[in-house]
Amino acid sequence: MNFIDFLKDPIMAIAEWLGNLLSTWGVSDSWSTFILYFLGAAVLGTLALLLTLIFIWAERKIIGRLQDRFGPNRVGPWGIFQSVADMVKIFIKEHIIPDGVDPVPYHLAPVIVVASVLMVLAIVPLSSTLAGSDLNVAVLFLLAVGGLGEIGIIMAGWGSNNKYALLSAFRASAQMISYEIPMAIVLLITVLLSGSMSMSDIVRAQEVPFIILLPLGALIFFIASIAENGRAPFDLAEAESELVAGFNVEYSGLKFGMFYVADFLRAFISAVIFATIFLGGWRGPGAETIPALGIIYLVIKSLFVWFLGVWIRGSLPRYRIDQMMMINWKFLTPLAILLLVLVMLTGKLVDNAGSFIQVVTMLVLNFILLAFAVWVLRRREKREKIAEIGSRSRPVARPDNILKNNMMEG
Amino acid sequence: MLNQWLYIGIFVVISVFLPGVAILLARVLSPKKPTPIKNSVYECGIETYDKTWIQFRIQFYLYALVFLIFDVETVFLFPFAVAYGQIPLFMVVEAIIFIAILMSGFLYIWRKGALTWR
Repeated sequence: MNFIDFLKDPIMAIAEWLGNLLSTWGVSDSWSTFILYFLGAAVLGTLALLLTLIFIWAERKIIGRLQDRFGPNRVGPWGIFQSVADMVKIFIKEHIIPDGVDPVPYHLAPVIVVASVLMVLAIVPLSSTLAGSDLNVAVLFLLAVGGLGEIGIIMAGWGSNNKYALLSAFRASAQMISYEIPMAIVLLITVLLSGSMSMSDIVRAQEVPFIILLPLGALIFFIASIAENGRAPFDLAEAESELVAGFNVEYSGLKFGMFYVADFLRAFISAVIFATIFLGGWRGPGAETIPALGIIYLVIKSLFVWFLGVWIRGSLPRYRIDQMMMINWKFLTPLAILLLVLVMLTGKLVDNAGSFIQVVTMLVLNFILLAFAVWVLRRREKREKIAEIGSRSRPVARPDNILKNNMMEG
Repeated sequence: MLNQWLYIGIFVVISVFLPGVAILLARVLSPKKPTPIKNSVYECGIETYDKTWIQFRIQFYLYALVFLIFDVETVFLFPFAVAYGQIPLFMVVEAIIFIAILMSGFLYIWRKGALTWR
């Protein structure tokens, strides 16, 4: 095996070399599989946790720049060691355990929240040869692991012996389960199109990336995944600029740090999932023959999606809880169901047509539905405005209103 | 196939192990100087009043119930979605009728006002 072959697929080459080494040492096949899987999982998990440091730094820097600030700029060049310094500091901070906490949920919650984020990585196909686990029910696994995060949050709020933490946990989990519905329905549509629940099959089915087939579905999925991560503009359960904290008020030291890590890591991992499902994952020119390129494509696509999320976080104001629930239940969910039904019908109608016609039909369908949704929103917006200025006897105090009234009196 | 689940199992163990060990390590490294004031519950700064585990809003319960409708629906529809490529149009229409029945429940809830946050 020469050097070029190694560069084409370094990880599989190392795995093969290790497997051969183990078999020459007389380790049986099933044990060597176990050891290789164990090493792979350990490396992937540790790498993800360490990369979080970079993501925290990058996100603070980008949001700083978006909001006309510098962001971290003291520790190291461009403040790049800021999150390392934060980590060292948080490692040696005291763990304050308040009186009367429910010990089991209180201590388990941070571990479960981080675990629920890390576990998603197990099913992501990284390149054409390297897929963590090619599970045949990966989509269900994805939804189940999302539910695990909610359990972690409820446990944190419940165990804290703090009414505000409990309330925040209820709100956060209500938000998360609500936004899981449009997400699940859009996942259903992608399963419909690819004919399999396995992630690597979904990637392989994307001769045309699903974002071109389902732009509206991708939009719904993106909004829902932002909301499910509890990030701005849907971060009212732990609004940093308004509340002390959310469900994690009573946590300190590294236990709080774990919630923080989970928050930032989840942003990237949901971007990875988005890239896998809608942008074609590792697919790209030459990715079939040179698997190493696949990983690079996946990372570039995910970074792009991640940056969009950060951009939104840096620029949009926060929603109220009633608005947030309304967006989900009265807009996104019916829209997703409508999209599902229409895709089901038209998919069968253009079944025998050429692939180009199929793509164009789906695209047109999505845009018609998008236009319809925008029309509904506009109509609603008009009605809202009338309701606001509705009481004629008490006009809203706005400069133009006051001016008009004064002129009428004068 | 079993191998895939083995990998998932290993990954679950590792993803619980990594944060767990980090927290334990930090517990060992960090100072421990508890005082009664420090250990009191933070809440809003005032001393905490009454029990924590109180009754909460019924609204959350309603959302959980509505969530259940859709969760069951998606679980039933996933096998259908996998088989979508091989089935005739007739079965698709049946699936749409299934969705329509569930959506009528959803509309009922909507009209009842359970989806409005009060």
